[in-house]
Amino acid sequence: MSVALRAENITVRFGGLVAVNSVSFDIPTGKIVSLIGPNGAGKTTFFNVLTGLYKPTSGNVLFGEEDITARPPHKIAASGLARTFQNIRLFGLMTAEENVMVAMHSHLKAGILATIFRTPGQRREERESRETARELLNFVGIGKWAGEYARNLSYGDQRRLEVARALALKPKVLLLDEPTAGMNPQESLTFIDFVYKVRDEQKVSILLIEHDMSVVMSVSERITVLDQGEKIAEGTPADIKSNQRVIEAYLGKAKGEKA
Amino acid sequence: MSMTKKVASTSGKSKPARQSASQRKWAVGFIVAAVGIWIFYTYIMTHLPDGMQTIVQNWFPPTALNEAMVWVIAALGLNIVVGYAGLLDLGFVAFWAIGGYAAGWFMSSFFRQVNFHLLSTSPKAVPGIHISFWGVIFIGGLICAFFGLIIGAPTLRLKSDYLALVTLGFGEIIPQFFVNGSNIGGLNLTNGTQGISPVDNIGVPGRSLSPFDFSWKFFIFVLLTAFMVFMSLRLRTGRLGRAWLAIREDELAASMMGVPLMRTKLSAYAVGAFSGGVGGVAYATHVGGVFADRFNFSISIILLAMVVLGGMGNVWGVMVGALLLAWINSTGLPAFGDLVNNTFHTQINFPSYNFLLFGGSLVLMMLFRREGLIPESRLKAILHENDDPSINVGGGE
Repeated sequence: MSVALRAENITVRFGGLVAVNSVSFDIPTGKIVSLIGPNGAGKTTFFNVLTGLYKPTSGNVLFGEEDITARPPHKIAASGLARTFQNIRLFGLMTAEENVMVAMHSHLKAGILATIFRTPGQRREERESRETARELLNFVGIGKWAGEYARNLSYGDQRRLEVARALALKPKVLLLDEPTAGMNPQESLTFIDFVYKVRDEQKVSILLIEHDMSVVMSVSERITVLDQGEKIAEGTPADIKSNQRVIEAYLGKAKGEKA
Repeated sequence: MSMTKKVASTSGKSKPARQSASQRKWAVGFIVAAVGIWIFYTYIMTHLPDGMQTIVQNWFPPTALNEAMVWVIAALGLNIVVGYAGLLDLGFVAFWAIGGYAAGWFMSSFFRQVNFHLLSTSPKAVPGIHISFWGVIFIGGLICAFFGLIIGAPTLRLKSDYLALVTLGFGEIIPQFFVNGSNIGGLNLTNGTQGISPVDNIGVPGRSLSPFDFSWKFFIFVLLTAFMVFMSLRLRTGRLGRAWLAIREDELAASMMGVPLMRTKLSAYAVGAFSGGVGGVAYATHVGGVFADRFNFSISIILLAMVVLGGMGNVWGVMVGALLLAWINSTGLPAFGDLVNNTFHTQINFPSYNFLLFGGSLVLMMLFRREGLIPESRLKAILHENDDPSINVGGGE
């Protein structure tokens, strides 16, 4: 089984605090895997290491064959590792279409002069990227809002727009940071189908950070559990459900103090 | 523009289509106004009765109009940095100064030891570097763009207030350099406080425009302004403009979407500096020389006030803001002062209150109309969303 993204012995220290302690982790090609854990377990820190926002204190991130640990975030993104954000971070005062086109930045070439004088190449490039943006917006089901400012879209549509924007990077791996946060159970169910559709039609491997256990259990092919910066379990949803350490660390307490 | 049309036809939303239509309306208005003003000063003015002519001369002298156009050119440059990319720059006068000295160096007899002429209006026998105005515009702009990169490379790593402070520093350092540049290891590069004058006339086919040839110069400055507007609008809708806006909206998200922050910010800085340089060259030909002591901090602030007052990010708003403030600064306030003093026999020095006026108007704008006189439609959407209950904003938190 080939591996799309591999993190090896990632450790992140903030001063004396060990946020992530020697965690190794794979995303197999074409699979949907999840990262779960109680609040403060280090999920988002780990996520930020993968996308290059934080540099790990030690450890490596391998993307395909390449070591991307030291690369700046925009290069990691351009090479095909796309993400969405836990608290939606769209470009609010740009239209949905523009939002998607921003993410194509690294695939486009037009320079300053070509843009000022609208060379035939620049015009073709703009036209094609606009068409791609349209297709992506239609794919996530918000095609009719292409010309609307992102901030005016409904919450669910903003989530969808974030996915469309991430897909515009032509990613090999898509990282979804709590995509169902704020959704009701019905919307979450629809979202599960949507994740499958993204995986199958866009040919991406998906890593999910998620709080909603019903989503995690039904969508993931493999689950990794973090607690206080340590990986405490890894396996199929069935394994995780019956894992005593996980139940103690996380699921057992979840009802009482779920975020 | 084809993009916005397409959006309108498929989405049924008329907003972007309206935007492009209004852009065209503004462009037509700009051309009509420019031609109208030119015809008025060139043909109609001399046929007016004497009383009317005096009023026009006092309130709307042609030179003030030309100077205002220079301000517009520089303000449009600052608008790319501040309005598009959202980088606060408090030292824009640096580029104005460098552009001015480019004109001083390449369009005058300052470097007496050389004799280089390129399509210039000055006679061949005159020593110095004499390059055509049209060439110097690009040279000055490119030198500024280059300095924009040099200044920007270390500074743009800083954020918001810190960036503003460092640009403020550069805005002081560079004019000081020109003041003190009369003896750099024996080399006189700037002629100190005396400045460099005169600079060559602007050459147009078959003519050499003297400093007093108002109407032709007006025409040329309008042409330059039009190019700056054209450049701003085109860049705005392209790949780079989207990246600038994305950075203004959310820097972190932009970098996560593959936008290289440093490069994109630097390009905004360089393009803005280019416009500032063109403004500097135009200013030098407008006043007929460059004088180091004119490049002071207040220019940076007035330019910023023009951008903010007019409407950050909207080229037409910035143009209106720049024309208005430039006019108040050069003519409106002194003329108004004369009127009041003559009518009420008072001795108030009105022009000395100009900064009180600018500062006051900025405060008032921030309180009551933060988006500027003619706002960018995007900004208007957020700043006034609470006024309009029909707009339903999707929660992002």
